[in-house]
Amino acid sequence: MNDLPTDPGTDDGALLSVRGVDVGYRTGRRTHVTAVHDVSFDLHPGQSMALVGESGCGKTTLGLGLLRLLPRTGVIPSGEILFRRKDGTRVDVRTLQKENLRRFRWSEAAMVFQGAMNAFNPVLRIEDHFVDTFRAHENGRRRPRREILEQSAELLEMVRLDPARVLNAFPHELSGGMRQRSLIALALALRPQLLILDEPTTALDLLTQRSIVERLAELREQLRFSMVFITHDLGLAAELADRVGTMYAGRLIETGTTRDIFHRSRHPYTSALIDSVPPVAGDLHVPESLPGGPPSLHALPPGCSFAPRCAHALTDCDLTRPTLDVLVPRGEGLSHAAACLRSTDAEIHAEGVPR
Amino acid sequence: MIDRTFDTAHPEPVTVPGPQGDSPGHGETTEPVLTLKGAQQIFRTPRGDVPAVAGVDLEVRAGQVLCLVGESGCGKTTTARMAAALADPTAGSVLFRGKDVASMDRKERAAFRRSVQYIHQDPYASLNPVRTVYSTVSAGLRRHGMVKNHAEARRVTAELLERVDLTPAEDHLDKYPHQMSGGQRQRVAVARALAMNPEVIIADESTSMLDVSIRVSLLNTLGRLRDELGVGFLFITHDLAVAKYFAWRGEIAVMYLGKVVEQGTTPRVVNDPRHPYTEALVSAVSEPDPDLAHRKDRIRLREADIPDLTDLPPGCDFHPRCPLYAEGDCDSVRPPLVRSHDRLLACHVVTRG
Repeated sequence: MNDLPTDPGTDDGALLSVRGVDVGYRTGRRTHVTAVHDVSFDLHPGQSMALVGESGCGKTTLGLGLLRLLPRTGVIPSGEILFRRKDGTRVDVRTLQKENLRRFRWSEAAMVFQGAMNAFNPVLRIEDHFVDTFRAHENGRRRPRREILEQSAELLEMVRLDPARVLNAFPHELSGGMRQRSLIALALALRPQLLILDEPTTALDLLTQRSIVERLAELREQLRFSMVFITHDLGLAAELADRVGTMYAGRLIETGTTRDIFHRSRHPYTSALIDSVPPVAGDLHVPESLPGGPPSLHALPPGCSFAPRCAHALTDCDLTRPTLDVLVPRGEGLSHAAACLRSTDAEIHAEGVPR
Repeated sequence: MIDRTFDTAHPEPVTVPGPQGDSPGHGETTEPVLTLKGAQQIFRTPRGDVPAVAGVDLEVRAGQVLCLVGESGCGKTTTARMAAALADPTAGSVLFRGKDVASMDRKERAAFRRSVQYIHQDPYASLNPVRTVYSTVSAGLRRHGMVKNHAEARRVTAELLERVDLTPAEDHLDKYPHQMSGGQRQRVAVARALAMNPEVIIADESTSMLDVSIRVSLLNTLGRLRDELGVGFLFITHDLAVAKYFAWRGEIAVMYLGKVVEQGTTPRVVNDPRHPYTEALVSAVSEPDPDLAHRKDRIRLREADIPDLTDLPPGCDFHPRCPLYAEGDCDSVRPPLVRSHDRLLACHVVTRG
């Protein structure tokens, strides 16, 4: 169950230790579907981890599960989500009770949702979102509105927005990029240690994406928070992440540093994903297509879930489910691990083949 | 109206087709199938006129790809809608095989409708959920009397599905859209377009909603239609990687606020962008390679936000954001789209130097 390199217990330096987490959804009275299977990883302070994979691979479910923000039908039947709070104490997010959970969210770990369009309440001004957030998390003493607004203005300036224009605006009066930046400023309001971003730049224009990516990189330098971001844009992962986790059919099937994943990937699914996005620079690179789609979560193949689409599958792949085995051990959760029976097979991983 | 003056000081061979009647020496062998001449679309709104497309000249040829790229709101889709005669230009014209679409009679218009097909962005919205694949794909065939009876309609539909790699076709004929994945639905939309034996397909962000893994195989399918059936494409995307791959042997036109600012052959435009806006776009791409991503020179714009179409800056539309902005014409004279070396460019600074 514990596939991770570091000692099987908790990793003391880690900000977030996810251990054998399953996330499922109830689909009927007695039926349910498991959308995330047995995921384990350690995230150390200051790290930025990208979760990549096709739609329906469990990325968002995992991200929501980490903060217990799942819809009502969502359940986390097993596993531990250990989080080291600012005061040094360690809590299991999975067992946090109501009030503690409410306090935990935003001040310890905050979420930036997909589609900045829908994340704001359309009938509230941006300033009201800030005021509500600060008020909901103050301890006893009621802060004057003016003080809160001053602090909100600072936050907006941090993401290069003009507070005079933005604070007083309704969400629909802002462009998509401005809304997304406001949302990031809002998420950072209580100085969380961890930011979870779900598709932070999807649906934004190229130049707007660029400004968000650069802001995020600068803010991370400045405020030293950790990030888990969910994306299907591999370019974004290559740029913004220190490490990448590939998900397929609800499982983490490869994890490693960004270089491991992009230059020395040991899982055919990761390689296929990377090969399907051509770089813009340089001559024409003919991308490889990866036919088919992820299997239905109701009917997962008995062996490796990727075997039916895999160009390198052997008969054994249909029978044995590979575990996430460490290939290159490193500290701080940066080991390169892959869940593939042929991860060390020299035949398909010819050394030194550059893309 | 765009004023096109061609710089004849550069004798390099010209690969960019100019507007109609331009320099007869340029050996374009095929006549354009679809031509936009100074096509303009101004929307009148209470807030003022919105020049969504402020005069563009474009040509689509059989078996060739013309790719429109640019940010949202730059007029890509409006241009496509005019090209498909779904919207009438407020000025300028759309020509199909040299004939103005606006002056076509009923019969000619029907032929035009068959020959120019449109594939929309969202395959979840563009297919009727209560129709089977067979019903959707064969609707046009039956409407235009291209099949005699039910049996033939099914046979032709099955052939079309095979062509777009929905195999075995029999399995898909009687499915409803909700029983299919996004990629499969988009293939149904392609088959529907193909049913009319089109000469031009207008694909508006047709791969944007799909996962990367499926995107490539759909592009390959479209590429086969282009090469084997000689279908011309007006291909719209905001993704430069997709543009580069699909239009490698064709052309790219970069649009900004309703105007084409740079147009040329794809390898030249993508690998050696000259207009500062194109340069900014190319430099903004996140490359799927961590080393390349960190090595890449990024262009810093002077301003991040795009101006409002109802309140355009004087002179060049791009000057408030342009890193090459220079005193002089930039903020007073609108740069015309002129030939400069191997492409068309609308920039005072670059064409001067």
